[in-house]
Amino acid sequence: MSRAEQIVSGLARRQRAEKRFRAYGITAILLGMSFLVLLFTSIIANGYQAFTQTYIELPIYFDPEVIDPNGDRDPQALFSADYWKLVKTSMYQQFPQVSGRSGRREVTRIMSGGSAFDLRERVIENPDLIGTTQRVWLVADDDIDMLMKGYIDREVPEDERRLNDRMIGYVDTLDEAGIVERKFNTTFFTAGDSREPEQAGILGALMGSFLTLIVTLLLSFPIGVAAAIYLEEFAPRNRFIDLIEININNLAAVPSIIFGLLGLAIFINWFGMPRSTPVVGGLVLTLMTLPTIIIASRVSIQAVPPSIKEAALGVGASRMQAMFHHVLPIAMPGMLTGTIIGMAQALGESAPLLMIGMVAFIVEPPSGFTDPATALPVQIYLWSDSPERGFTERTSAAILVLLAFLVTMNATAVYLRKKIAKRF
Amino acid sequence: MDTTEALDMPIPDQLEETVISGKKDIDLTTVGDYTTENPRMKIRDVNVFYGAKQAVFDVNLDIGSNSVVSMIGPSGCGKTTLLRCLNRMNDTIDGCRVEGRVEMDGKNVYARKVDPVLLRARVGMVFQKPNPFPKSIFDNVAYGPRIHGLVRDRTDLEEIVHTSLERAGLLDEVKDRLDQPGTGLSGGQQQRLCIARAIAVSPEVILMDEPCSALDPIATARIEELIGELRKNFSIAIVTHSMQQAARVSQRTAYFHLGYLVEVGPTKDIFTMPKHQLTEEYITGRFG
Ligand SMILES: Nc1ncnc2c1ncn2[C@@H]1O[C@H](COP(=O)(O)OP(=O)(O)OP(=O)(O)O)[C@@H](O)[C@H]1O
Ligand SMILES: [Mg+2]
Repeated sequence: MSRAEQIVSGLARRQRAEKRFRAYGITAILLGMSFLVLLFTSIIANGYQAFTQTYIELPIYFDPEVIDPNGDRDPQALFSADYWKLVKTSMYQQFPQVSGRSGRREVTRIMSGGSAFDLRERVIENPDLIGTTQRVWLVADDDIDMLMKGYIDREVPEDERRLNDRMIGYVDTLDEAGIVERKFNTTFFTAGDSREPEQAGILGALMGSFLTLIVTLLLSFPIGVAAAIYLEEFAPRNRFIDLIEININNLAAVPSIIFGLLGLAIFINWFGMPRSTPVVGGLVLTLMTLPTIIIASRVSIQAVPPSIKEAALGVGASRMQAMFHHVLPIAMPGMLTGTIIGMAQALGESAPLLMIGMVAFIVEPPSGFTDPATALPVQIYLWSDSPERGFTERTSAAILVLLAFLVTMNATAVYLRKKIAKRF
Repeated sequence: MDTTEALDMPIPDQLEETVISGKKDIDLTTVGDYTTENPRMKIRDVNVFYGAKQAVFDVNLDIGSNSVVSMIGPSGCGKTTLLRCLNRMNDTIDGCRVEGRVEMDGKNVYARKVDPVLLRARVGMVFQKPNPFPKSIFDNVAYGPRIHGLVRDRTDLEEIVHTSLERAGLLDEVKDRLDQPGTGLSGGQQQRLCIARAIAVSPEVILMDEPCSALDPIATARIEELIGELRKNFSIAIVTHSMQQAARVSQRTAYFHLGYLVEVGPTKDIFTMPKHQLTEEYITGRFG
């Protein structure tokens, strides 16, 4: 056999091997993709309903006797008035045939307690409403919402479902009158947590996560990059530095709950920082994220060809100039990748936040770094623990919000990375 | 390691043979005169180690003002290593240790108080492998003048960039695309860009490590012309594998072998009547 023939005979084998390898790769990717699709379909299937909510249009008489008995439009009085009474009155008018305490209670149970807050807001915004009658779309109770979304089976014996036949009858009457509608669920995006599913929103947790991650990013990125630069460029090679390096690598593997305990002990108990706040959450997550960022940054600094640094030093740049003018810009995309991995971890982290009290029931969305807050994963955990069907779908919706947050964050990082890479 | 300690000790004559043979058996009696009148830099008793491995042994050599000294020798004989001692580029290599003195204006550049940053601004370098910054052609050349604050305004800077590129023989090829990345040039163009970058800070000494190994004959001729011109103002040390080039551009030539300076002298003497057998074998092409 000639040499060429030898190579040709081996060639077919090599090509087959390559084909096989490509097939493995495609299978792996398809498998991964299908799991992803499965995950998303199940979450979306469970959660998309939470983005709409059942509203009922009621004629509301903004009774001056109830809202503003003194007639002076005192904001304090407007704020503390009994708006629920307006809703009740309107409901009784819808069903004049219903009488008796328990019957009337059933009628008012159709509406959400949140509709009273809704009315209050409208009046405070526009006090001229007082004394008029308006048709207003108000939020229905979550049980009604579930009924309208088809989660309550009418065939099931009456005592086994959350709504009895009478109530279903009332709702059907309203529906036939054409005043029941599914509308976009703005509450979900504008409210904090609540005991009532129809009044519960994700904004509190979203803001909590956002503020926490801002703190994390502002601390961990500069500190991580600076540490990496120091270790790579300036640190003397000795035992002590070796020890530090080993410990950084070990820290990356420490379970996150330990960081939570550390945060509780140091930041809250010792420094006396406020519990349940994004600033403490951010500090704890910084501790957790730092090793990831340091390791990724060091690797990307090492990956920069040394000839670039030599070139800079060769024309008389100081070590710091060589680093900041030449090495860092090239290493930056890698550092950003590391940062985004760290931040994604931090975003999904709940255990350390539980330790520092970011698991509290917080109705008011936080507006600053020192307001009590919770975070998206914690909120998901809390809701998934609640028995109401309304919270089940909100759990999935919250997961979708978390994923959307993650995607936005990653997209920003990718965009930044592209922009940096383009400069060269 | 042990060998260096042994080197530092005064050794009785009869013992020298055995100690030296621990290193390499090279006859160093015909090295010649390593000094020159009007030296710009002086290398004295320099030994360089990479960890435990010694790469340069007891080298003495002067770099003359307004002249070119070429360093020749087989691959791996320590030319680059010695060249990098002159601007302390060896500092950047982990485990690299330099012993001995390298003097500039009578001061040891390895003294504590010498700032390598200033030294490297005065002693420029063109590396063996072209290493442009991944930035625009303009920024590549402008970088040195910028960080040293050599320019007052943009016009100054543009002038420096243009003259540097012109002298490196690159201007005509790139003048329409100064904003394009320097890494997008051909290998030879990149090397000329690196030369332009080095001369843009007007160093007093220029170290060139095989500057023409990636260039075609025309570009090489241009660089050699540039070297001849730079010599009027600067001192130049050039490493080259081309005997013809050494003969064309340099006034003095040093031949290295396995880390030793084997022979040094006026270029024409080295090429016409080498004293050492190794030198002769190398320049006549019988070596390796
Ligand atoms: N960074 C380094 N670490 C360890 N050893 C090195 C290093 N750089 C060079 N050496 C060794 O030092 C010796 C001299 O190398 P040097 O690069 O100075 O040779 P050279 O004469 O420039 O060769 P060439 O003509 O191939 O460029 C070689 O044996 C080489 O293996
Ligand atoms: Mg070399």
